[in-house]
Amino acid sequence: MLRIYLDNNATTPVLPEVFEAMRPYFGEHFGNASSIHHHGQETRAAVEWARDLVAQLLGCRAPEIVFTSGGTEGDNLAIAGLTSTGDHIITSSIEHHAVLHACKRSEETGCEVTYVPVDGRGLLDPDDVRRALRPNTKLISIMMANNETGVLQPVEEMGKIAAEADVCFHTDAVQAASKVPIDVKRIGCDALSISGHKMHAPQGVGALYVRKGIRVQPLFYGGRHERSRRAGTENVPGIVALGRAAELAMQAFERGDDKKISALRDRLERGILAQVEEAGVNGDAAPRVPNTSSLYFEHIEGESMVIALDLKGLAVSTGAACSSGAIEPSHVLTAMGLRAGRTRASLRFSLGKQNTTEDIDMALALVPETVARLRELSPVYRTQAVSS
Amino acid sequence: MHNPKTIAVAMSGGVDSSTVAAMLRAEGHNVIGLTMQLWNQRRLAEHEGMPEQVTGRCCSLDDVYDARRVAEHIGIPYYVVNHEERFERDVVRPFVAEYLSGRTPIPCSLCNNHLKFDQLLVVAQQIGADCVATGHYARVEYDDSRGRWLLKRPADRSKDQTYFLFGLTQEQLSRTLFPLGGMTKPEVRELARKQGLALAEKPDSQEICFVPGGDYKRFIDAYLAETGEALPDTAGELVTANGDVIGEHKGIHNFTVGQRKGLGVATGSPLYVIQINGADKQVVVGGAEHLYSRTLRARRVNLISVDELDAPMRVSVKIRHRHEPAPAVLEKSAGDQILVTFDQPQRAITPGQAAVFYQADVVVGGAWIT
Repeated sequence: MLRIYLDNNATTPVLPEVFEAMRPYFGEHFGNASSIHHHGQETRAAVEWARDLVAQLLGCRAPEIVFTSGGTEGDNLAIAGLTSTGDHIITSSIEHHAVLHACKRSEETGCEVTYVPVDGRGLLDPDDVRRALRPNTKLISIMMANNETGVLQPVEEMGKIAAEADVCFHTDAVQAASKVPIDVKRIGCDALSISGHKMHAPQGVGALYVRKGIRVQPLFYGGRHERSRRAGTENVPGIVALGRAAELAMQAFERGDDKKISALRDRLERGILAQVEEAGVNGDAAPRVPNTSSLYFEHIEGESMVIALDLKGLAVSTGAACSSGAIEPSHVLTAMGLRAGRTRASLRFSLGKQNTTEDIDMALALVPETVARLRELSPVYRTQAVSS
Repeated sequence: MHNPKTIAVAMSGGVDSSTVAAMLRAEGHNVIGLTMQLWNQRRLAEHEGMPEQVTGRCCSLDDVYDARRVAEHIGIPYYVVNHEERFERDVVRPFVAEYLSGRTPIPCSLCNNHLKFDQLLVVAQQIGADCVATGHYARVEYDDSRGRWLLKRPADRSKDQTYFLFGLTQEQLSRTLFPLGGMTKPEVRELARKQGLALAEKPDSQEICFVPGGDYKRFIDAYLAETGEALPDTAGELVTANGDVIGEHKGIHNFTVGQRKGLGVATGSPLYVIQINGADKQVVVGGAEHLYSRTLRARRVNLISVDELDAPMRVSVKIRHRHEPAPAVLEKSAGDQILVTFDQPQRAITPGQAAVFYQADVVVGGAWIT
């Protein structure tokens, strides 16, 4: 079966160039980057090469980059590492669970947390964040781009608020990195997390930017890796891959590839909305990353739609999956004030660098007929159709 | 294979439904595995008396893991579908409400009627399946002469699950397969072994899937505490059949008709719960002889083998899952009720349970005992 993958916000395929870059570090160059001999020197050089590239991508200096196992670790390190018992944290209700659940854990260990709401467009009001400040506020953690809607938050304003109040500002940029340019100086953040596998590097690697002068309490204790901010032998192949992916992302911005992806995304949205009635885009009134489209199709169950499309070879997603793999109602769309029916009727399409016009056209051929089938077989829709 | 179909198999992670999936796949059908996530077993874990760890239970991660491994093994697509909201609304809440009104509910029938053969069937059709197959021990076949779909008892009488399936409509039966209907449990396990299923020896599940250890009283307490609802005060008097008050009880939901233990009164001869009056919060007790009754009334009738009950009909009636069908006459009664008159008095006819009517192997229909 021909399979089209439009779930790149879940994970992305490793680009061939990235795989080529990391491949020698599985065998040929296998040294422990902390070793003093030749083998260690080789891999140390590779790690630092990658650190330079990731720093360039984010607009910071290399020593400000801490390599992690991924976005979740970066978010946890920022939240747990920048706060302690008695501190107050401000975050939003639409954060990824890596931030939300880390904040919940902080509440259990004696922190206070304010969850700032969003409006119907999926945007935070910076004034809400300002009003949430307290004398003991230590950290503001607001995501840069939302994983479900792609909506970009006004993080530069958050940076200003944090600077004025003299509190730390962390942003989860996992869904922004490689999709929009990032400059930590312009954002004014003290910490920023990214994940390799959302930007065509493999799963199991990520990075946390920590501004010089900011002390972060580590999550792990052991050797003095990553300037004592993250103990544990470096994942050299992963780190090299992240470096290469960062380099490719910068080259792609120079070529204007982000505009190509947004053109494909717009083709998908326009094509679907032209063919399907009672459908729309969640978050389209706000600025969005170019690759993400949260679409709703009234009267359908997103869960059935994802399965039906998968059986036809199109991979998309809804909300977040729980541990069993079942789909949970989206806390992001719920926080935007969407009716439960519309939340359940929403699907996420997210594009990657590998997607082509043909992929989009196949999706345009499959989605309308699948929506029609689901509506025809929906007891709720049938009742409404008869009564109206 | 002359006529391959697209079949959604409801997979619980147990031997029966896993074997169904493997059988249908081996027969050349296009099989899709679906597991219904119905209840979050960790939801009440922090409440008093509820186990913290729930393993090897319906909807537990272990069962989903088992079902997923089977799907991988036999090479079929597999999905978990979330029906927790609907399950809570249509099964758990009525279950709690029934106990609190002095009846003894059967959640499995509600789940079959509202989830497995309704919601899941809709999902199955939406994703392109022609029908749903389950691991129930029952048979379904089309009877040309009557022009109706029939539900019949399975070859393995000891596993007969037709009692829980009496609510199925003609439309539902027409899209349902019970591939184990002609097999015995040992044959199913043997087939599971032949198909190389690692869970061939997995023990059967017995109790109500969402009630840990079968302690429904603790479940009701924990559930109401978790939803922030107060446990209604259903404490009241313990009375004899003559109306003499002989004691007090702490809540009618602690009792079921026929119960002997836990009455809190000591008398010379054994006492049983013979009736629960929800309105007066009274629990009526009496000797064993009071437990027997020749008639029952039931409502919300579903007929399967016939479309109308025109005249009184000779049937055998089962009044609880573990009850040998007893000969009786079935006739229409006032309103939407049905009257069952047994040839011999039956012990502990219990409101909230189902009365299911049989003619030989064929399920005529069923209704809820009032």
